[in-house]
Amino acid sequence: MTTTVRQSPRLRMRRGTGIRKGEAASGWLFTTPMLVLLGLFLVIPVLMALWVSFSDWSGRGSPFSSGVSFTGLKNYSSVLTGGGLAEQNFGVALKNNAWYVVLVVPLQTALSLFLAVLVNRQILRGRGFFRTAFYFPSVTSSVAITVLWLFLFSSTGAVNKLISFVGVTGPNWFNEPAGIFHFGITNGPGFLVNNSTLGVAWWDWVGGPSFAMFALILLAVFTTSGTFMLLFLAALQNISGEVQEAAMVDGANGWQRFWRITLPQLRPTLFTVLTLGLIGCWQVFDQIYTGTQGGPAKTTLTPAYLSYQTSFQDQQWGQGAAIAFILFAIIVFFTLVQRWVLADRKVSKRRLRAYRIPGSKR
Amino acid sequence: MQRRNHWLAAGALAIAGALALSACGSGFSSTTGSGSKGLTSSKKALTVLIGSSGDAETAAVKSAVADWSSSSGTKATVLPATNLTQQLSQGFASGKPADVFYLSTDALAGYASNGSLLAYGDQLPNKSDFYPSLVKSFTYNNKFYCAPKDFSTLQLEINTDKWKAAGLTDADIPTTWDQLDAVSKKLTTGKTTGLVMSGQYARVGAFMTQAGGNLMNADSTKATADSAANVTALTFVQKMLKEGDLKFAKDVGAGWGGEALGKGLAAMTIEGNWITGGMTADYPKIKYTVNPLPAGPVGKGTLQFTNCWGIAADSPNQAAALKLVEKLTSASDQLAFSKAFGPMPSIQSAASAWKSANPALVPFLDAAAYAQGVPTAKGAADVVADFDSKIETLKTADPKAILQATQTNLQALIK
Repeated sequence: MTTTVRQSPRLRMRRGTGIRKGEAASGWLFTTPMLVLLGLFLVIPVLMALWVSFSDWSGRGSPFSSGVSFTGLKNYSSVLTGGGLAEQNFGVALKNNAWYVVLVVPLQTALSLFLAVLVNRQILRGRGFFRTAFYFPSVTSSVAITVLWLFLFSSTGAVNKLISFVGVTGPNWFNEPAGIFHFGITNGPGFLVNNSTLGVAWWDWVGGPSFAMFALILLAVFTTSGTFMLLFLAALQNISGEVQEAAMVDGANGWQRFWRITLPQLRPTLFTVLTLGLIGCWQVFDQIYTGTQGGPAKTTLTPAYLSYQTSFQDQQWGQGAAIAFILFAIIVFFTLVQRWVLADRKVSKRRLRAYRIPGSKR
Repeated sequence: MQRRNHWLAAGALAIAGALALSACGSGFSSTTGSGSKGLTSSKKALTVLIGSSGDAETAAVKSAVADWSSSSGTKATVLPATNLTQQLSQGFASGKPADVFYLSTDALAGYASNGSLLAYGDQLPNKSDFYPSLVKSFTYNNKFYCAPKDFSTLQLEINTDKWKAAGLTDADIPTTWDQLDAVSKKLTTGKTTGLVMSGQYARVGAFMTQAGGNLMNADSTKATADSAANVTALTFVQKMLKEGDLKFAKDVGAGWGGEALGKGLAAMTIEGNWITGGMTADYPKIKYTVNPLPAGPVGKGTLQFTNCWGIAADSPNQAAALKLVEKLTSASDQLAFSKAFGPMPSIQSAASAWKSANPALVPFLDAAAYAQGVPTAKGAADVVADFDSKIETLKTADPKAILQATQTNLQALIK
C-alpha cells in the first residue's frame, strides 16, 4: 500500500486511480457487447472455417468431434495443384472472376465519377431528381435486378431487339459460353491452346468473359455506380472552391482543372471506391446464385459460388472452406497492391517540370 | 456493393454458423431409446422436408402425411424446402436434421459416406416390389439405403399437328436412329426444328444407353465414359446437330424441351413424364403424343431419374419415420401422388393401375424394363456438370476428347 503513495502522479493515473479511476473499466464495459458479438459471430466462425479448411470434416456433426482429423494442406493442394476437376473448376472460376474485376472496377469507378461530376454542377436543373435517379439501381434488390436482366438479355429480349435496329444479330446472352474476344473463332494458336494454368488453357484465359458474364458485368456497373457516385459527390462537395478559382485565375480550362485540381483531391475517395469495388467484385455471389448458377458452360462460375457449391452440393466442406480462404488471400493481396499504387508520394522531377514557370531558368 | 459484401459475409456466416451450431448442439441420444431392429424410437414429432415442384405436390404430400399422422398418433409436419440440398446439409451439420426427406441419387453417396443416412432399405416389407434398377440407384457400398419415392424416364414427344403437316403417319414413328434422323429432317421447316432437347447428359445420355454405353456401370463403381459405344452416340448426336435437324433448347431460345414443343419451335422433343404437367399448365392447346425413343445400334435405351425418402441417422424417432415411409410408398399413396403431380410409382405392383389411369403415357412406364440410372458415385454430380458444360459445344467439339476428359474425372472419384 505504501508503495502506491510514493508513485508519481503520471504513474498513478496509468494505474487507474484518482479522478480517472474506473475509466478503463467502463471502457471495457461499453465495448463488451460488441466484442462478444464480434467474437461469437465473426472471429470464432472464421477460426472454425479455417480449421475446416485443414480438416477432413464430412459435414455431419461438429467439426471438432473426435472423428475429424487434421489433413494438412490437402484441401488447398487439391484446389491449386490437384490436376483434377477441383483444380479445373477453381481455375475457371478464377478466370471468370478476374475478367469480371478487370472490367467492372474501372468501368464503375469511371462512370460513378462522371455521374458525380455531372450532378455536382450548380447550373444543372433538377439536380435532386438526377441524383435520385442515378442512385435508384443501388437501392433496388439485386435479386430483382438480376431477374430483370435475365429478361432484358434473353435471346428475344429488349437488348437484342435494340441492337437489331442497327443490323446486328445479338447473341443469346445468358446461354452463350463463348468468350467475347473469340466469338466465332473456334481454334486458337497452338501455344495458347496447349499450355494451361490451373487446368485452364491460356487460350481460354485470354478469351475474355463469356457473353453471359458480360451481361452480369453490365449489371454490376449499372447497380453499383449509384452508390459510388454518392461517395464521389460527398467528396466533390468537400473540395473548397478557392482552389478552383485560383486555377481559373491561372488560366486553366475545365479539362485541366478536372485532371490537375479536382482528381488529385479525390484520391482518398478514389482509394475507397476502388477498394470497395475490388472486394465486392471478387465476392460476387448473389447474381450468380439467382441468375445463372455458374452456367453456361461454367463461364459465370466464381470462387465465391464455387465455394458454396463445393460445400453444400458436393459435400466437400474442407475444399469449400479452402477456396474461401484462397479468395480471402487474393482480396487482401490486391487491396495491398492498390494501396501501394495509390499511396501519396513526393512529386517526381518529371512531374515538377509541368509546373515550371515559363521563361524561368529551371 | 454493400449488398454483395453482405452476401459473402452471409455465406461465410452460414457455413461458420452451421459449424458453430453443431458445436453447441446437444445430442439427443440420451433422450431416445432403441426400438426394434436397432431403430431409435421416441414420442417426438416428425419433420418431413421436401423439395416440392409446386403447390400440387406440397398439398398431396401434406395430405398423405396428415392421414398417417392421424392414424398413427405421431405428429408430423411437412416443410417444403426452398433449397433442399442446403437445408439438408445444415441439418446434418447441426445434428438436428429433418427426420424424413427427399433425397436425389446424386446426393446419396455424399450423405451416406459421412453417416448422415439411415440404411433402412432392407427393413422394408415390400422391398422386392421396387424396380430393381431403382434399388440399385439407392444402393451404396452394398447397402440399400432408402425407398425409391417415384421415378421418371425419358421418351420422345411428338407434336401431332406438325407431324401430320409433314405428311407423316403412325407408321413413320422412328424406331431406329436413321429413321429419327430422316423424320427430323422432314419436320425441320422455317422456325421449327425437327428435334429440340436440352444439351446435357440427362438427355444425350439416352443415346449413349441406346448404343450400349453410359458414363458409369450400373453400380457406379466403374467409369465407362470413354467406351466406343459412347463415342458412337455422341458422334450421331453431333451429326444431327451439324445438319440442323437437332438443336439444343437454349439455341432456339427455350429453357427446356417442353417450352420448345409448346412454342412450336420443335416438332419433337425428348423429355420425361414431368412434361405432362408443364404442357397442361403453359401450353394446353398443343397436342402431342408420347412415343418410345428409337433403338440405337445395340437396342432400346433411356435414362431414368428418381428420388428416395431418406431417413436421418440422427433422427430420434426412426421407427415412426420408417412406418411413415412404408405408407408413403404404398401403392395407394403413390397412385394418389401420381394423379396429383405426375410421377410414376416406384413399385411394380402399382404399374397396371397406373397404366390404365394414364393410357397415353404408357411408354414412360414400359421403359422401366430397360432404363438405366445416372452415375451415383460421390462427386459424380460435379463431373456430370462438367460434362454438360462441354456438351453445350458438342456441335464443334471432338466427342472423343469430351468423353476422355470425363473418363479421367470419373476415375478420380472411384480411386
